[in-house]
Amino acid sequence: MRRGTSSFNVISVVLGLAFLYLPITILVIYSFNASRLVTIWGGWSVEWYRELLHDDAILQAAWISLRVGALSASAATVLGTLAAVALTRMGRFRGRLLFSGMAYAPLVIPEVITGLSLLLLFVALGVDRGFWTIVIAHTTLTMCFVTVIVQSRLVNFDRGLEEAAMDLGCPPVKTFLTITLRLIAPAIAAGWMLAFSLSLDDLVIASFTTGPGATTLPIRIYSEVRLGVKPEINAVCTIMIAFVAVATVAASLIAKSGSARRQRAALGAQV
Amino acid sequence: MSTQANAQNASMRFVMLLPYLWLVIFFLVPFVIVLKISLSQTALAQPPYLPLFDIATGWAGLVEFAKQLSADSFRLLSSDSIYLLSYLKSLQIAAVSTILLFIIGYPIAYGMARAPRAWQPPLVIAVVLPFWTSFLIRIYAWINILQRDGLLNDVLARLHVVDAPVAWLSSDRAIFIGIVYSYLPFMILPIYAALEKMDETLLEAAADLGCPRWKAFWLVTLPLSLPGVAAGALLCFIPIVGEFVIPDLLGGSETMMIGQTLWTEFFSNRDWPVASAIAVTLLGLLLVPILFFERLQQRSLEGGR
Repeated sequence: MRRGTSSFNVISVVLGLAFLYLPITILVIYSFNASRLVTIWGGWSVEWYRELLHDDAILQAAWISLRVGALSASAATVLGTLAAVALTRMGRFRGRLLFSGMAYAPLVIPEVITGLSLLLLFVALGVDRGFWTIVIAHTTLTMCFVTVIVQSRLVNFDRGLEEAAMDLGCPPVKTFLTITLRLIAPAIAAGWMLAFSLSLDDLVIASFTTGPGATTLPIRIYSEVRLGVKPEINAVCTIMIAFVAVATVAASLIAKSGSARRQRAALGAQV
Repeated sequence: MSTQANAQNASMRFVMLLPYLWLVIFFLVPFVIVLKISLSQTALAQPPYLPLFDIATGWAGLVEFAKQLSADSFRLLSSDSIYLLSYLKSLQIAAVSTILLFIIGYPIAYGMARAPRAWQPPLVIAVVLPFWTSFLIRIYAWINILQRDGLLNDVLARLHVVDAPVAWLSSDRAIFIGIVYSYLPFMILPIYAALEKMDETLLEAAADLGCPRWKAFWLVTLPLSLPGVAAGALLCFIPIVGEFVIPDLLGGSETMMIGQTLWTEFFSNRDWPVASAIAVTLLGLLLVPILFFERLQQRSLEGGR
């Protein structure tokens, strides 16, 4: 692409970013509003955050969401990475088309369909719904995102390194563990982060697969939001946004050091 | 290759098939169950549908089971206009939003691709970052702004644009705002990826041959970015058709989108067969775009194999 930036280009990017960030910024600012009303600014205050500390229902829901997120993201990362490796490295095998179809489909299939179908599976199996059924549902939903991220890294890297190791007599499993896995580590980390944040975010699938005692944070927020805007919810949302922002910065730092290491490895291979 | 390496190869193949098994159990089998229940009838029982299939009854049981299946739920879907209107509304909202997303997203992606090289990675992160914050939070943020005594009405009143507060919420307008806001990164990123990959010498060649800039854009840039546009459009259109949260929180109560109808049938009416029939029909409706998306995805990730 030629880089002759016109004023039209600058304006559309600036307006686009303003559109994306303005509502979130307003939400954050109003979480510090001392007044209960959105239109009235009552001065800065952390009252809603203090109130949050005493809201056991929200705190418990947050704790459940964090655990569901960590467990399902870890499972999804393992399964998604394996799926990506299988799709890029195993060549043709029977059922490949079905496999790749299933691996990408959850990216676009409406959540109400995935949620309903998983619930009906759990009912048919006679499984009690609750914490673990949400974990399974989120693993299924998020592993496709991990697959896509890891696969795009696998397609783009130099296979010469793997081949060299194998030529020198390194067994496939060891090659995978010492060469491949290390090269795709940043993508795997990014995949975990994305899976975690998607799980933390999901309302629809969790609503279908949840059971007594397993109210996740989005389910809790949703039931509050339906009743109208509340400053406490602004505060919860601000904390979640801060959490995600910190995590994203951390992830991009990991990715940066990863790509630096990769370049060094590639250079070492050439010498 | 030594036998040890062969054995390792075989065990590796086995490990790699684990995700396959997972997807069959938790993705494919559930769809078969949905199909089965859509052919069942509502019952005041737990679970609330009939017939139930008991594997212990063997072949005779299976035949008996098959005889009791009915297309009642599908007949209901085609006879009651509520469902048809709901499908049409979903398709209409998805189509209009996808066009809006293209009109708004393309200039942003184009601007990003033409920005100086060093600026591009931070711009991509800036576009992706809101997508990492909760979907629910982003919709909720708009309720703050759009509600009757919200910020938008406040600002408009102060600027004397409106005399009385406008009811922004509970309308299709609010749904479009929510959808465009939530799905914008999905449209921008594929288009940006296509534009960024473009060979700039093509534009230089066009300029050298006396082609004006707007014409070069129309004849070179736009056609070359079409795969990105297609990917973005599918990535938005398909999930929007089944969208639940946005119309539920921002939309009105006159006509529900199909995701809401499914939700209501399931959670409020406890009519599992009809909810399943809606899911089956919805999936059938989206099958062509989904297959199209799968092909694009395979081509981009597997290098056209």
